[in-house]
Amino acid sequence: MPYIDVRDVCVRHGKNETLRHAGFEAERGDIVSFIGPSGSGKTTFLRTLIGLQPVWQGQMDVHGRNVDMAAPASARILREQAAIVFQQYGLFGHMSVLRNLTLAPTVVAKRSRREAEHEARALLERLGLADKADVLPADLSGGQKQRVAIARALMLRPALLLLDEPTSALDPHKVRDVGVLLRDLAQDGMTIIQVSHAMGVVSSLSDRIVLLEDGQVRAVGTGRGYAAQQPDIAAFMNTHGGDAATDPAGSRSDPDH
Amino acid sequence: MQIWSWHGFFTYLGSPYIFRGALITVIMTVVSMMMGFLLGLLTAVMKRSQHRVLSWPARFYVWFFRGTPLLVQLVVIYTGLPKLDIRLSVLACSIIGLTLNEAAYLAEIIRAGLNAVPTGQIAAARALGLSERQIAWRIAFPQAFRLIIPPLGNSVNGLLKTTSVTSVISMEELMQRSQILVQDQFMVLELFSVAALYYLLMTTAWDFLQRRIEHYAERPYRRQQKTAAVEAIELPATTQDAR
Ligand SMILES: Nc1ncnc2c1ncn2[C@@H]1O[C@H](COP(=O)(O)OP(=O)(O)OP(=O)(O)O)[C@@H](O)[C@H]1O
Ligand SMILES: [Mg+2]
Repeated sequence: MPYIDVRDVCVRHGKNETLRHAGFEAERGDIVSFIGPSGSGKTTFLRTLIGLQPVWQGQMDVHGRNVDMAAPASARILREQAAIVFQQYGLFGHMSVLRNLTLAPTVVAKRSRREAEHEARALLERLGLADKADVLPADLSGGQKQRVAIARALMLRPALLLLDEPTSALDPHKVRDVGVLLRDLAQDGMTIIQVSHAMGVVSSLSDRIVLLEDGQVRAVGTGRGYAAQQPDIAAFMNTHGGDAATDPAGSRSDPDH
Repeated sequence: MQIWSWHGFFTYLGSPYIFRGALITVIMTVVSMMMGFLLGLLTAVMKRSQHRVLSWPARFYVWFFRGTPLLVQLVVIYTGLPKLDIRLSVLACSIIGLTLNEAAYLAEIIRAGLNAVPTGQIAAARALGLSERQIAWRIAFPQAFRLIIPPLGNSVNGLLKTTSVTSVISMEELMQRSQILVQDQFMVLELFSVAALYYLLMTTAWDFLQRRIEHYAERPYRRQQKTAAVEAIELPATTQDAR
């Protein structure tokens, strides 16, 4: 039985069926990438996994536990195990970076502020943001904002990390850094699900690739390094893969880094 | 009859009767503003709700109280409540009328402030597991409040002068008391100059207070700018002692 098994997710916007019986499986520590044309339902699918998007129907088995995604109580359960990083980050503008990280742990998980701050500082250190703890989000660069958003998500110690286009706002260097980070996290047992347009990132990083089209799963490729070879996925990547040359996690010993 | 009597002017300026009228004006403003803010906040939140049972009454309330003159509202409250066997003082009726009227305007100001908080932050807070109440108090209200301080200040300034409308239900505030003395002694210009001076004093005091509140609300933001600026200046000289 796979670690995560999502089945039969249907989402409707009025008369439109945005998602039609969509699903996928993933093992623990997998990096799963959703790809597909604009409007195919990638963001919507991601949002269903953390209860931000109401679904018509849908089932999720995670770690042996079944969640009826259409049940009103599912949002709480989903949020206990998943965290999401939005494309626009959604950092709280009136709070310092540190408080952005400690807010949910202290007010939702009721951990002590001192302990949360200790962990937050360690996490910021790991992401190269040690000196930004007391800065407001507005004073960060795009790449820094994103790392703060990732750090904020990691504070929840999620089993499932969701990212919507994590690399779209970044220059190639930063893209590679994020790739390295995601791979490290996955190695530690975190399951990562990302939406991405950066085909280079997708093919080098993914253990699974899910191709969405018109709200349906058109094809699934599996196996790191092989997932992109599935014919439908390869065909999609060929027509959409502008930056297939970037290898995000390939060369850590890059001399200028 | 002389055109202007300095003696009259200073007599009225020092008159405890007029001074107490001004005090009543201040009290009515403060109380109506605070209650109006709470009612306005509630109305704004209701109006933004997706549930029509909440948004519809709020919508109606704002529509009605912004669409009818305060003068009419006051008279209706003053003459209507006794018919329901509710007997309240003139001051209570005045404050109720001012509060209901002001809340309708404040609701729209507060609503605009809440709308200005990026929806991405709300979604992020939700995904982090915060309850709707926690999102409101910790994410939405603080950021909205900072934005609406200037228009709120405007409302306080306006309300200080709008209180004079309560004179129609014989509320003895600053304006009414000035008019009472005018009828007695006919020194229109002197009396109204004194009244104007009092209003100026009150609005000026409020201007000062508002600046303090703005200063306070900007504190977290200002501190950041300052440290950022200090760092920018000091960094080249002190590169070796990076904290
Ligand atoms: N709140 C909404 N109301 C109505 N339709 C919506 C809503 N949200 C999404 N949709 C529709 O659902 C479809 C899928 O949207 P979604 O944002 O999931 O696409 P996407 O694959 O993430 O696209 P992109 O690559 O452009 O980000 C689109 O046709 C969109 O118009
Ligand atoms: Mg999208």
